[in-house]
Amino acid sequence: MDTLSSLADGFAIALTWQNLLLALLGCFLGTIMGALPGLGPSNGVAILIPLAFTLGLGATPSLILLTSVYYGAMYGGRISSILLNIPGDEPAMMTCLDGYPMAQKGMAGQALSLSGIASFVGAFFATWGLIFLAPQLVKIALLFGPAEYFALFALAFMTLGGVSSTNQAKSAFAAALGLGLAMIGVDTQTGVPRFTFGEVHLYDGLDFLVAIVGLFALSEVFIFLENRHGEADGKKEKMVIGRLTPPASMLKQTTPTMLRSTVLGFLAGVLPGAGASLGSFISYSMEKRLVDPKGKTFGKGDPRGVAAPEAGNNAAAGGALVPMLALGVPGSGTTAVLLAVLLSLNITPGPLLFSQNPDVVWGLIAALFIANFMLLAMNIPMVGLFTRVLMVPPRILMPVVAMISFVGIYGISGSSFDLLVMVGFGLLGWVLRKFDVPLVPIILGTLLGNSMENNLRRAITIDNGNWFTLVDSPLALTLWAIAIIGFILPLIIGRKVKSRMHERGDDEGSTAD
Amino acid sequence: MSDRIFGAVGLLIAIGFAFAAMAIEESFLSDAVGPKAFPLIIAAVLGLSSVAIALRPDDSPEWPSLGRLTEILAAAVVMILYAEMLPVIGFVIATVVAAAYLTWRLGSGLIGSVLTGLGTSIGIYVIFHLVLGLSLARGPLGF
Repeated sequence: MDTLSSLADGFAIALTWQNLLLALLGCFLGTIMGALPGLGPSNGVAILIPLAFTLGLGATPSLILLTSVYYGAMYGGRISSILLNIPGDEPAMMTCLDGYPMAQKGMAGQALSLSGIASFVGAFFATWGLIFLAPQLVKIALLFGPAEYFALFALAFMTLGGVSSTNQAKSAFAAALGLGLAMIGVDTQTGVPRFTFGEVHLYDGLDFLVAIVGLFALSEVFIFLENRHGEADGKKEKMVIGRLTPPASMLKQTTPTMLRSTVLGFLAGVLPGAGASLGSFISYSMEKRLVDPKGKTFGKGDPRGVAAPEAGNNAAAGGALVPMLALGVPGSGTTAVLLAVLLSLNITPGPLLFSQNPDVVWGLIAALFIANFMLLAMNIPMVGLFTRVLMVPPRILMPVVAMISFVGIYGISGSSFDLLVMVGFGLLGWVLRKFDVPLVPIILGTLLGNSMENNLRRAITIDNGNWFTLVDSPLALTLWAIAIIGFILPLIIGRKVKSRMHERGDDEGSTAD
Repeated sequence: MSDRIFGAVGLLIAIGFAFAAMAIEESFLSDAVGPKAFPLIIAAVLGLSSVAIALRPDDSPEWPSLGRLTEILAAAVVMILYAEMLPVIGFVIATVVAAAYLTWRLGSGLIGSVLTGLGTSIGIYVIFHLVLGLSLARGPLGF
């Protein structure tokens, strides 16, 4: 019952005019960003971080704004999948399979509202899952010492590539690159400068926000310049939306689907390195195998094929918050960006967050519920508005994204040097995406590098320089074992899953969700 | 082939990183591990993964034509100039130019580009500076 009273306190925090307004704004912006092809949840959240800072928001309001964007983007992705057959973001990839055929049959409105309801169901139950699972995980995490934390960080990196990477070597490369970037700056324990090459600007280290915005948002601009998507403007045919409410029979038919997919998606979200894309993929494949093994209706506009991936990806979005809040180790791209927000606000996620800043945690969770209801309300009657936003051509949109990125970073630091670093990261991001190197481990590396090193040094210093202390406790050994299995298993089975996911042809793989 | 070059470059970076790590001056007051050990571990992982990438390359990505590549580099140069000029000529003018350039290269017509540039710049100025109170770079004209 403790949990429920904490939740009630959370609602008391979230239900202020300011927070409600921020949630509404976040949901609205998030849906737009999710819907626009090329802007996914992670770069959507990334470019809004500076906004949250410059508004002078505290920790809870900033998180409310940004997680509303996150949930909103998960809703929004489906709109362009259904109407244009272009996934608005990677998790919405699977929604194209049945959503677009439904739209072609003149049932676009029904597909949109059904997927909206499925998104709601997924997110709603996943938030409950978050409430009950996170405190349990916290209990385990309280047993962790520095050696266990070091093992946990290693686990996060080794499993991050996981099922969603085609090439484990490239994920390892990305993680090491990120960790290496985090080493730049003055060593916190001995005070000696490292990798600064005498450049004073680097003594403080690289600001991870600069890296995130550069890698995610600017590299997207370069990708657009390379392909010049703008040429395809104006050729989109006008889709008839049709009636906006799904018939009761369709709802009844899809209810079991939504519930099954929610469970699967949530689990996929909690696991490190999986995230929402995997959640929607697994949900869709399982559902297909379960109700339509011969492939008679799936892929041709089956409503269950729309409900499954949408419930799955929204549930995964909620699930991914569990390890981020409870352990301080995010499992996906967007939660990594949210972690960056917390760190910038001087809040360290992890077990202590629940005891030291319960207002942040429970305020956030209450806000997730509120945002979810807002999104449902926004996404069914107002879906027409969002479809109009899709008509903004990328040639106008992308410069706006670039300029807002610059404004945001300049607003935080007021230095041209950071802008130059950001352009550098933009180019780096473009090159790495061409090579299919995942960007999320880089971000995670820059975020966690310093605390990973501190835990390593603390553990060994406590044990008088004995390196074997790292594998000395059963808990640490378990974590290492999971890490190693998590790294090796995808080498055996991962290729198959990923190649099937990639059949959907999508170049956003590196930014993930 | 691309991946082999990538792996080789990665290996060079790893070696460079290791050398830079060796060159870190140790302070006389150090903990048991010191500031060098973790960077060296990272360099090792970076090097090993680069070797693995070079030995088992994926299919080459589709590289853009020289023209497209110049396009990207030109955009990067414009962004660098933008960053450098921002404190000199102020936010509004710099942003009009940069946004107009980008939208022009993404396929807008000349007049359309100028209008988009103006719209983007003034829009951001109004929303971020006048409404939200974010401090933007101030030029000689005061905006």
